Amino acid sequence: MPGEFVPTNYLPILVFIAIALAFGGVTLLLGKILRPSRIYKAKLTPYESGSIPFSDARAPFPLRYYLIAMIFVIFDIETVFLYPWAVVYNELKLYGLIEMALFILVLLVGYFYAWKKGALEWD
Amino acid sequence: MIDIALNLIVVLVTIGVVMVTVLLHVAYLTYFERKILGWMQDRMGPMEVGYHGLLQPIADGLKLFFKEDIVPAQANKIIFTLAPILVLVPALIGFAVIPFGRDSIHIFGLTFRPYVTDINIGILYILAFASIGAYGVLWGGWASNNKYSLLGGLRSAAQVISYELSLGLAIVGVLLMAGSLSLVKITEAQGGGLLHWFILPQFVAFVIYLISAIAETNRLPFDLPEAESELVAGFFTEYSGMRFAFFFLAEYANMILVSCIATILFLGGWHAPFEALGFIPPVLWFVVKVYFFLFFYIWIRGTLPRLRYDQLMMFGWKVMIPLALANILVTSAVLYFVRV
Repeated sequence: MPGEFVPTNYLPILVFIAIALAFGGVTLLLGKILRPSRIYKAKLTPYESGSIPFSDARAPFPLRYYLIAMIFVIFDIETVFLYPWAVVYNELKLYGLIEMALFILVLLVGYFYAWKKGALEWD
Repeated sequence: MIDIALNLIVVLVTIGVVMVTVLLHVAYLTYFERKILGWMQDRMGPMEVGYHGLLQPIADGLKLFFKEDIVPAQANKIIFTLAPILVLVPALIGFAVIPFGRDSIHIFGLTFRPYVTDINIGILYILAFASIGAYGVLWGGWASNNKYSLLGGLRSAAQVISYELSLGLAIVGVLLMAGSLSLVKITEAQGGGLLHWFILPQFVAFVIYLISAIAETNRLPFDLPEAESELVAGFFTEYSGMRFAFFFLAEYANMILVSCIATILFLGGWHAPFEALGFIPPVLWFVVKVYFFLFFYIWIRGTLPRLRYDQLMMFGWKVMIPLALANILVTSAVLYFVRV
């Protein structure tokens, strides 16, 4: 509801984040003190099914992942636009319905463009 | 001043109870998963440690705690260390806005509410932090400097962001009906029995949410980022000991979190299905519904084979997203004509 913003409601979340971080940190630290550490060279090589790694792992990877990330950013922002609209939909009435139908239509045009261009293919 | 101190105590106690409950559930969820999978495959599951293997999670936890923690020589040490925490923290703090029950408890003049806090952007907050978890996976995969880890991390990130879209769009249907982002208000909007739960008018959204949630948590049949048969353990191949345990904890905590959200959004949260059953405590109803979803997860794992990665991505982009968008259009149109 508009005008109901109470910042004190967010303080417990900050406390929670601090406690969760502390839980992670303390557990790792305690573990570090208590556990054994007997390392040698072979143990520290990256796992590659038993053979010695033949190249660096950070090789170039398919551009497709990048494309998916780009499309995601565009569509995710549009999804976020839908959230406030959904909350106040009751007050917007017909205006809200038509406005959002148009918005989703525009979104769909972009979506089918990406589809036809093959951006969603994964072969 | 005393007021603030008292409030702080209440908050700390609530957070403590929530965190301990979640962590205990995570531990025993692994036990029940092994047990149920065992029964489904005509095995006994864990039987050795304690009565019917009941102490198995504690033994596992202790083992992981004292296990040697190896950081590969070529790994990026800082990112390698931070990644498990970055995955675990978002999984835990999502529980801050989950309303577990209806009634507040009064002890020593203090009021303990059944949730840590009620913010008016509850569901948005959970989605926002869930996205941060994907960074942890990507970091872990990249920092390990292992081919399996890198591939697993990339796959996981691509999968999570793809299914996050349909997940977010599915929730919009519920928001239209409830008119609020606060999980407390969404629960309250579903009072009055089974017929008022959003699963009935929003069944399409429910199915989309369920499938996307399984993909979001990297669970079978969508567990390609950690597909044992091709990627060893995916993004946490190089992790061992407590850091490995953190990834594990986060995965199961996320399972519980999305089950809680499914319960709140579609199954009426702590509401009883019939008014006549209202004498049973609301918390119990909540727990039963969440357990149903958790069982469903394991059930699916025991039933379905794993998808191929291209099938998974195609399904997410070409089936789930159009369906979710159509659901929003239909829901808003129907709501308009019903409410006019």
